[in-house]
Amino acid sequence: MIVMSENIAIEVADLKKWFPVRKGFLASLTSREQSFVHAVDGVSFRIKRGEVFGLAGESGSGKTTTGRLLLKLTEPTSGTMYFKGEDITALPEKELKPLRRTMQIIFQDPYESLNPRMTISDILAEPVIVQGTAHGEAEVREKVVQILKDVELVPPEEFLLRYPHELSGGQRQRVSIARAFILNPEFIIADEPVSMLDVSIRADILNLMLDLVEKFKVSFLYITHDLALARHMCDRIAIMYLGKIVEMGSVEKIVYEPLHPYTKALISAVPIPDPTAERIKVVITGEIPSPVNPPSGCRFHTRCPVVMDVCSKEEPPLIDVGKEHYVACHLHK
Amino acid sequence: MALLEIQDLKTYYYTLRGPVKAVDGINFQVKKGEALGLAGESGCGKTTVALSVLRILPAGGKIVGGKILFRGEDLVKLKDKRMREIRWKGISIVFQGAMNALNPLFKVGDQIVEAIRLHEPKVKKKQAWERTEKLFETVGLEPSRAKHYPHEYSGGMRQRGLIAMALACNPGLLIADEPGTALDVIVQAQVLKLMSELKDKLNLGMILITHDLSIITETCEKTAIMYAGKIVEQGDIVTIFKEPLHPYTQGLISAFPSIKAAKRRMTSIHGSPPDLLKPPTGCRFHPRCPHAMDICKKQDPRPLKLARDHYVACHLVEMGKTG
Repeated sequence: MIVMSENIAIEVADLKKWFPVRKGFLASLTSREQSFVHAVDGVSFRIKRGEVFGLAGESGSGKTTTGRLLLKLTEPTSGTMYFKGEDITALPEKELKPLRRTMQIIFQDPYESLNPRMTISDILAEPVIVQGTAHGEAEVREKVVQILKDVELVPPEEFLLRYPHELSGGQRQRVSIARAFILNPEFIIADEPVSMLDVSIRADILNLMLDLVEKFKVSFLYITHDLALARHMCDRIAIMYLGKIVEMGSVEKIVYEPLHPYTKALISAVPIPDPTAERIKVVITGEIPSPVNPPSGCRFHTRCPVVMDVCSKEEPPLIDVGKEHYVACHLHK
Repeated sequence: MALLEIQDLKTYYYTLRGPVKAVDGINFQVKKGEALGLAGESGCGKTTVALSVLRILPAGGKIVGGKILFRGEDLVKLKDKRMREIRWKGISIVFQGAMNALNPLFKVGDQIVEAIRLHEPKVKKKQAWERTEKLFETVGLEPSRAKHYPHEYSGGMRQRGLIAMALACNPGLLIADEPGTALDVIVQAQVLKLMSELKDKLNLGMILITHDLSIITETCEKTAIMYAGKIVEQGDIVTIFKEPLHPYTQGLISAFPSIKAAKRRMTSIHGSPPDLLKPPTGCRFHPRCPHAMDICKKQDPRPLKLARDHYVACHLVEMGKTG
């Protein structure tokens, strides 16, 4: 069914992750039914080689879980994932190690994701030694020095023996980026990589990531809630709501011609740093419902300003409306 | 007369390594029905300004100079008892972090009733409850929710609850520290809209503290840009965002992506904010400034009045090299 073309790095089909809800003792007596948090509930997308693909949505939309599933940091409930045409969904533990070399992640918080007891040189050398991509001290050191230059932590000698607490937030995030790129991976996930950083230095980190994506020719998944940043980073974006992709397409399509009422609301809610800009506000009420019992039919129908009868009954499929623009809404068929 | 007028305010934190000059000689005004956005990076002293105005600085923090005139009264010199009367009734604050600012052990309504009765002892409990329910309506919450505990609220509801609490004693000035930063964009837009509406309806003076310039353009009339304990530029938002004169303001604005503007490469300001134990000599921004001159290292630029309410502290502007 799935046609693999040469230039697809990642393909995900109907991926689901349900987390069981743990019940108290008394609740378990009254009901035997197991309830689940439908964190990711049937998402399908492709990431092309060398592409920056964005996954955007509010908290609780399942974007981070999707990222973790792709890296096999958590097991999917169902669905399939392909990496360069190879099914990696059920790969046994032993075969994961070579895969890990090719897939890396940059975490959100550079204050938590670097071991405070390791020097920068040790932090960067560890993946190289574990994966055996360089042999002998000199070779490892050469790789570490080179990657520090790549992430513009220069002169590298000044950073090698320092500890994370001696670096600023921006410098730490550069170390995180260096650690992800040092193994020459083919696919990198960045989960809100600049949300903990000061605004004045965010741009440098984002530009650095874009430069490295081009230089190392990696495919990049950028997970964020900030659509203004996503627009500047990504080639294509998927908008998630309660574990589902509601709309997906090129950045220009999503930002300038959104079709789904949720995307429209999301785009218009983004504050614009220009006091004279024209503002069309589609303010929707309420907040994202619980993913334990997501609404029936279209999940957005409880907040949708243009809801119809069919919306609460039937779930709209994600359909192609042309030019790789997909939308899941009964209004667009 | 301005509702709040701050003159040459200096607030230092005394530490074992010496005084941290968190706020070092700032001036601004807020009028009734006007919102001022106080913007800057973390550590620039913007929250310290709020804590100074309410005189609730943590241990070690001290107002060492200047005046805070609220309705003509200098808050710096007030006795504690009088200051307590100003808090909540005159000036109130919505703290950062909606998720943690409410006491989890008490019903939200009870927490507001407590505030009302503490500041207006003559009000009976029943009346206070009625007022609380009205406040809930004002901020768009179901009045029956007053009987619920904070954990039964979503993030946006908690933020609304906190705003209701801040408005409990009809203050003239509302300070909001990073409103909406912990919220999702849609809920954030709802909260900001509510705050603007309340400001107009109640004719409130408002100080909005945030690192997010786009929030300021959405809600404020004026803005003051802080850097390392000083205000480098202030004025009405159109002037500041359309013709920023200070290199820091320019850098900060161009570091901000807009979802609507054409895709461009974003630019950062090089380096990072200074350590306020040892702030740079002269202009505090000179180590990061792309236009730094010799004089910048030696002399601290004075705020220069360019137009009504538009002030810039930069040697370049003084010499007429920009603008």
